[in-house]
Amino acid sequence: MSYFGIDPCEKCEQMMQPYLDRVLTEEERVEAEEHLDQCSYCRKRYRFEEEFRQFVRLAATEPMPPELKEKLRALRTPL
Amino acid sequence: MSETSPESSPRQLAADARDRVRFEEEALQLSDQVYQVARRLAGSREEAEDLVQETYARAFRAWRSFEPGTNLRAWLFRILTNLNIDRGRRVQRSPDMQPLEETDYFLYNKLEESTSDANTDERRVVERLSQNDAVAALADLPHDFRDVVLLVDLADFTYSDAAQILDIPIGTVMSRLHRGRRILKRSLAESAVEDGG
Repeated sequence: MSYFGIDPCEKCEQMMQPYLDRVLTEEERVEAEEHLDQCSYCRKRYRFEEEFRQFVRLAATEPMPPELKEKLRALRTPL
Repeated sequence: MSETSPESSPRQLAADARDRVRFEEEALQLSDQVYQVARRLAGSREEAEDLVQETYARAFRAWRSFEPGTNLRAWLFRILTNLNIDRGRRVQRSPDMQPLEETDYFLYNKLEESTSDANTDERRVVERLSQNDAVAALADLPHDFRDVVLLVDLADFTYSDAAQILDIPIGTVMSRLHRGRRILKRSLAESAVEDGG
């Protein structure tokens, strides 16, 4: 992935998801963090992205019905 | 694990039973996580329950094909997603291939521009989104994108695990994830605006 030749905030935006997924190279990670340290515009959006991921996870989570657990246990091979 | 036969010694049979019980217990410990993803793959709770039961029935039947020491969670999710794909092919819609104009900051920018307070905390911005809208937006994602988003963002699999589970190249995982997340944000931005921001 090449991030050369573009505006630093645009570059930061492109790096945001890979950064949150922890898949940037060490060099890219340092670059993203240096930019986030000095740019409040991107920092705000970074915090939002972190919050947004938590929000989606929470919204998508529904407790498993206890009776389903029992049904799964019943599928085990009898000894 | 070796296959037992009628000639297997009692000791072999006992070892085999022990391995099987251990496998089943370990698989059952992962059932909450399997259910979480199944619930979002299926349209209803009942369908999700059927999908999880089918997954475990198949896993318990095929336990010998699991290689001990490898990733049991990924193995179970592979069964789950395969069963879901078999089921889903009957109702699959064509994937959304329209170009996406929205960038990654799109949702935040949209929410921020519709607030009167310029210094709003990011947490408060997220609070303006509705959980029901998020569930609906996930359900509306084209299935190929949704599978990847759920495996990575809900079940915490790495790109590489997701690629193995879905039997697709890692580059495809990355592009579907990228696109799926953006479609999700676009839907939520639209819902937030419709709900009055």
